[in-house]
Amino acid sequence: MAHGEIKLNLHIWRQKGVNDKNAGIKTYKNVNVDTHMSFLEMLDVLNTKLIEEKHPDGPVSFEHDCREGICGSCSLVINGRPHGPMQGTTACQLHMRHFKDGQDVYIEPYKATAFPVISDLVTDRAALDRIINAGGYVSVNTGNAPDGNAVLVPQDISDEAMNAAACIGCGACVAACPNASAMLFTSAKVSHLALLPQGQAEATKRVKKMVATMDREGFGNCSNIGACEAECPKEISISNIARMNREYFSAVVGKD
Amino acid sequence: MKWITNFLLSSIGKKLIMSLTGLFLCLFLIVHMIGNLQLFAGLPAFGGDEGEAFNTYAYMMTHNPLIKIISYGNYFFILLHAVQGILITMQNRKAKGGKYQGSETAKTEAKVASRNMAYLGILILAFIGLHMWQFWAHMHFFEMDQVKYASMGEPIKDLYSLVAEAFKAEWVVIFYLISLIGLSMHLMHGFWSAFQSMGLNNQKYSTIIRGAAMGFAILVPLGFASMPIVFYALSK
Repeated sequence: MAHGEIKLNLHIWRQKGVNDKNAGIKTYKNVNVDTHMSFLEMLDVLNTKLIEEKHPDGPVSFEHDCREGICGSCSLVINGRPHGPMQGTTACQLHMRHFKDGQDVYIEPYKATAFPVISDLVTDRAALDRIINAGGYVSVNTGNAPDGNAVLVPQDISDEAMNAAACIGCGACVAACPNASAMLFTSAKVSHLALLPQGQAEATKRVKKMVATMDREGFGNCSNIGACEAECPKEISISNIARMNREYFSAVVGKD
Repeated sequence: MKWITNFLLSSIGKKLIMSLTGLFLCLFLIVHMIGNLQLFAGLPAFGGDEGEAFNTYAYMMTHNPLIKIISYGNYFFILLHAVQGILITMQNRKAKGGKYQGSETAKTEAKVASRNMAYLGILILAFIGLHMWQFWAHMHFFEMDQVKYASMGEPIKDLYSLVAEAFKAEWVVIFYLISLIGLSMHLMHGFWSAFQSMGLNNQKYSTIIRGAAMGFAILVPLGFASMPIVFYALSK
């Protein structure tokens, strides 16, 4: 595809610190954008321009790391949709050819009280880490690694666990959810361990602790809307949420 | 015993309460709809009994002790479902903290209904208020016209005529139909959602549950809607 250049009107959430009273949308008109850029490269170019112009707003802060769609750092809400309009795509892998010349583009941080905005588009997503800390692991004794074939896992179970493990923990599910619920994230983490034999030993404790931590962190309640699975860049299914509910019922009601 | 309160107050426990009370109310809707279809047996235009079958049924429903017990359960579950739903919605709003200014939303399967369950629920609650005032309150507390049938000893309250009279008013029929559309949307999401909350959603069950939800959400409100529509049409 030939290089194309489009002009976009960017409406970006600007905020200095957690308690900035003047936080709000600021507009940058007619920004020149190469259609081959990724969304984050477009912001890089905008920032270079803002710095060179000594613009009073200063450069826009946003999070990024791998820019390959696997680290879960990028966290932009583009025109109301976490990671933008493309299915199964992170913001860093979203290309500007999907936008039209003269289009208005709203770029906002994730909205959830459990994710306070630190600066511009950067939110504190440590609440998700605390859910993982509560039980998203398996305890393994030190010593020699067991033989790979000693623990048999059927292929379909392994695939299902892998689908859940594909969650990169970006928090788009929380951002997409009108209730700011973290059920899709938590259920993916519960599922990928609950499906595998290695996860069985701590399965009961895990689901109880992770759900309790999730509730304590101030996320909303899931009402099965499905916006999370529609926006998830890794296309994690809400059947994981049903699985977590089952795990939780059997852990709380069915066991000591 | 602390585990019980912890469980019921957890986000998953709260979902379970919504789903079980919701499914109980679905059961009530079926019984209520089928029972009330006896209104059609009273239509004089089709050689009906002018309400005898319906009135004796209504007498039984208000006097049978077993049905009384179930009805108290029903009032309780309606209130629990409504109060819990409103509390959850308020908590969720606080957790979200506002709306995005960007206006696109992803295509979710049942987005209009599922995103507006609380508003649909409040509409249904308002409807239940009016509906109970119109008929239930008269049956239980107020003086009403009575009729005497050979099959019954004492004269009994003539609920049939009260219903037929109420469905002559345009605003009543319109409000009933709007509420039933709201009910249909509420069920479209709620029926399926109840099974998802109970953990009964996987590839094996998903198609069956979605099909059943669609059928239920269309047929039950349609059955209810037939009553005001037919009575209004025949009164003209």
